Amino acid sequence: MNALARLGRTGLAFFERLGRGHVFLAQMLYGLPSMLLRPRLVVQQIYSVGVLSLLIIAVSGLFVGMVLGLQGYNTLSDFGAAESLGVMVALTLVRELGPVVAALLYGGRAGSALTAEIGLMKATEQLSGMEMMAVDPVRRVIVPRFLAGMIVMPLLAAIFSAIGVYGGYFVGVGLLGVDEGAFWSQMQANVDLHEDILNGVIKSVVFGVVVTWIAVFEGYDCVPTSEGVSRATTRTVVHSALAVLGLDFVLTALMFGDV
Amino acid sequence: MKQSTTLEILVGLFVAIGLAALFVLAMKVSNITALNDENGYEITANFENVGGLKVRSPVSVSGVRIGRVSDIHYDIERFEAVVTLKIGRDYRLPTDTSASIFTSGLLGEQYISLEPGGSEENLQDGDRLKLTQSALVMEQIIGRVLFNKASEGVEK
Repeated sequence: MNALARLGRTGLAFFERLGRGHVFLAQMLYGLPSMLLRPRLVVQQIYSVGVLSLLIIAVSGLFVGMVLGLQGYNTLSDFGAAESLGVMVALTLVRELGPVVAALLYGGRAGSALTAEIGLMKATEQLSGMEMMAVDPVRRVIVPRFLAGMIVMPLLAAIFSAIGVYGGYFVGVGLLGVDEGAFWSQMQANVDLHEDILNGVIKSVVFGVVVTWIAVFEGYDCVPTSEGVSRATTRTVVHSALAVLGLDFVLTALMFGDV
Repeated sequence: MKQSTTLEILVGLFVAIGLAALFVLAMKVSNITALNDENGYEITANFENVGGLKVRSPVSVSGVRIGRVSDIHYDIERFEAVVTLKIGRDYRLPTDTSASIFTSGLLGEQYISLEPGGSEENLQDGDRLKLTQSALVMEQIIGRVLFNKASEGVEK
């Protein structure tokens, strides 16, 4: 009987949290238009979540592209199709790896920082302080971060893919001797602007919204102690990674699959 | 105040790099620079077998790409595949043009090759090509070779 009651409590707590998360999302969306009046706040957040993530995104993109070039060449040259290396690298990056890996890195680099920052604000009662001064903490603190995440994510994913393509080009054409003309022309013949690139951008916008949402909600909803903040930060990274990978499957099935 | 200007410059730079990356993906990686599909006219061709031809497969004359396959469907009355070709507006083709489905490379993708005839009149939007040659299916070729070998054996 006791175990049953505990199960019920856990279930209720889970759904309560889920509900709070969605109410919170609605509050953020409602607060979005007010950001037009204060673009400076958003610019500041774009700096801290975007510009500071640029280095890790660029370096990872380069190496992922180079590994793709190397592995793809090994497999494709068995079939005498090494010229298709460009298509393989570009499609893999633009459709999947660009949005997904950029979102995972963004969750680890910027998402955890967002949660820790907002969690600490809550623990040190800065958020309650704002409320006392009749400043809405959601609009002042949360919404700029949320909007910045939405803007930054597609840009980071595009940078990741573009640098990755050049990484693949460097390994494939520069080191392994794939024909340069075939590399680019096959790529251009097979990558479609709407089908591949636009869908990749849509994916990264969705990931940006979801990862940032999880990050700010975990921070806003955390237990205001040092332990609570550290737990919330861990949860942000784990949940955002799971959400990105799960959503990626759903989005891929909707966009490219005939499931 | 000075600090916030540097910050704004950095953010501006970041957004510019991001947009430039998108631009590179669009211009250098995708097919936007290829033929503009919006301008052009459509002609249809019936094939007994289209093999591995797909929508968006290239259409070429003498190896030069002049258009794309815009639609493939099956005609239930003629029991044939109907392929719609979108040809760039600048390319004029005589009415007795013939169409064949070829494969680029041994395992490459399939494309439609057009062979212009000698007619004085040009194809208009919605016209149908009368001379077509189906895709070669590997099994049929092997079957024919085997059949020939077998019949040679009988003659001896």
